[in-house]
Amino acid sequence: MKAIVYIPADAAALSVGAERVAQALAREAGRRSLQMRVVRNGSRGLFWLEPLVEVGTPRGRVAYGPVSPQDVPSLFDAGFLHGGAHPLRLGPTEEIPYLKRQERLTFARVGITDPLSLEDYAAHGGWNGLKHALEMTGKDIVEGMVESGLRGRGGAAFPAGIKWRTALGASADKKYIACNADEGDSGTYSDRMIMEGDPFVLIEGMTIAAVAVGATQGYIYLRSEYPHAERALNGAIAAATQAGFLGNDVLGSGKAFNLEVRRGAGAYICGEETAMLESLEGKRGMVRYKPPLPAIQGLFGKPTVINNVITFASVPIILDKGAAYYRDFGMGRSRGTLPFQLAGNIKHGGLVEKAFGLTLHELLYDYGGGSATGRPIRAVQVGGPLGAFLPESQFDTPLDYEAFAKLGAMIGHGGVVAFDDTVDMARMARYAMEFCSIESCGKCTPCRIGSTRGVEVIERIMNGEQREANITLLRDLCETMVDGSLCAMGGMTPFPVLSALDHFPEDFGSNPANKPAKAA
Amino acid sequence: MPQPELSREQGEAVEHVLTEHRLRPGALLPILHAIQDRLGFIPPASLPRIADVLNLSRADVHGVLTFYHDFRTAPPGRHLLQLCRAESCQAMGCDRLEASVKARLNIDFHETTADGAVTLEPVYCLGNCALSPAIMIDGELYGRVTAEKFEQLLQTELGSA
Repeated sequence: MKAIVYIPADAAALSVGAERVAQALAREAGRRSLQMRVVRNGSRGLFWLEPLVEVGTPRGRVAYGPVSPQDVPSLFDAGFLHGGAHPLRLGPTEEIPYLKRQERLTFARVGITDPLSLEDYAAHGGWNGLKHALEMTGKDIVEGMVESGLRGRGGAAFPAGIKWRTALGASADKKYIACNADEGDSGTYSDRMIMEGDPFVLIEGMTIAAVAVGATQGYIYLRSEYPHAERALNGAIAAATQAGFLGNDVLGSGKAFNLEVRRGAGAYICGEETAMLESLEGKRGMVRYKPPLPAIQGLFGKPTVINNVITFASVPIILDKGAAYYRDFGMGRSRGTLPFQLAGNIKHGGLVEKAFGLTLHELLYDYGGGSATGRPIRAVQVGGPLGAFLPESQFDTPLDYEAFAKLGAMIGHGGVVAFDDTVDMARMARYAMEFCSIESCGKCTPCRIGSTRGVEVIERIMNGEQREANITLLRDLCETMVDGSLCAMGGMTPFPVLSALDHFPEDFGSNPANKPAKAA
Repeated sequence: MPQPELSREQGEAVEHVLTEHRLRPGALLPILHAIQDRLGFIPPASLPRIADVLNLSRADVHGVLTFYHDFRTAPPGRHLLQLCRAESCQAMGCDRLEASVKARLNIDFHETTADGAVTLEPVYCLGNCALSPAIMIDGELYGRVTAEKFEQLLQTELGSA
């Protein structure tokens, strides 16, 4: 029997040489006249081990990594095609503790299947959710979604089922499904991994949404920084359409759903849902006033369900295994699992899908293994550039939407960026304002002007000019931005700034007495 | 400002793109992308024609063109180098990488090297945050990039500089 060798084609794996490893393996196999079948899978998400090469054995898949092209001859010498011993051998992939301790629902197939193989997708439970949905009424699908407790994974955490219910109740000649794939938050890459590693699950989730609310056209608004994902999605959409999962008659149901990828153009603000709609309509990505809600009056003025990639990708398993199955993971009002992404200065960076409720500490140390540099982790930014910086004293906070909100922080899209003790938090605060000034759409004044003034004020503080007065001014400015901005861009940029100021005042050279009293 | 007229090749490319995409809903972004994919940039002289075909004002098209960071109105270098300067990469020292890349290429962000080989652009997250710092060269992603690794890439991917 021909050995099966798995080498990821995930962009991150490629970024550290997976392609060269694949070529070296093919060359060496040819030189030795050995037969093997190569599958270019998604990444398992254990990025410090990439390029991670796996081989199928009768006892399951065995992993080797990180593999460089120079290691290839010795791998063959060691009989890796049969799982042979080698210094890079990591044992059975599923037994690697980082992976074994996860609860992979949304990422169930990523790294396991060939992303563009319809056969593989179906063999691993694919399309079961859609088939169930096609036997249900729109109302039943929507109520199931409400019951599952799934909340928007893009960052705002709004209950997906409620949004769908609103769109279902809106009557119109045309409705849309829009997938927000503008994953712009630093420290996040779970959308990218799904789109490259299991694109059919996103297609299935969006199709279920379309069936539920009666939409006939879908768009995936994909950021231009993800060319690999664009190729994977276009390939998967073509294959799914060809096989009848998309098109004018989805699986013979008489229901139409066509899907198209639209490329963004490097504007962070287009991850804000109404700016995204403007962009899809071919306009400047300017934030809209709400109401009207997009679910009632969205894309081209029609009812539109907007969810992000992970939200849609979590739908098929809910329809397949039932709302209760999904809801039983998690804590409080945070139900199900979230694919957390460990990033920045972290030893074992990667994707950790777990039920809500584990602590930041577990994530950073039990999974992440501490910092990459070996120095103490001083601060962690959770939830992207609009998320707060957390000091070590808050690392015991459970990862739960409400627990984070209580701290003035947010889980957002689940990105966790670690910084060691060399970080200058005043510079990070300055950067938060600078990023907002670069990416603001310009519609509202607190965001457009406030961010530029914010950079200036923080620079004055850093230069020691009238420190106390400028810190007071900065706090005032932040209050104006929080209360007066139209969307989260201006309204949440103050969170990283204020958290840096509150928890790391020494970096701003300020008198600790200036620090506001915090609830004990 | 006087604009150079479209060359015949550019004019044909613009017409081809307009014919292919004009009827798509929200066609302007796909059209601008398609022109830039073909020509490397969007010639300012093409704006009146795009506006005309889409029944928009020139101001509308100009507004969209200038809103998005990706669109260029002048030819880029032969290679596009995008350097991530977002938080995750900062946590892994992208500031130092940025300084050494700029010094090595002798250009700042948004500039092209004197020999026309490389255009350098900042980018805010490439989705490679577990392998920071990250850069992208002509759509190919690189992780854990050090000054030494960049020097190598300069030889192999950027035709030295």
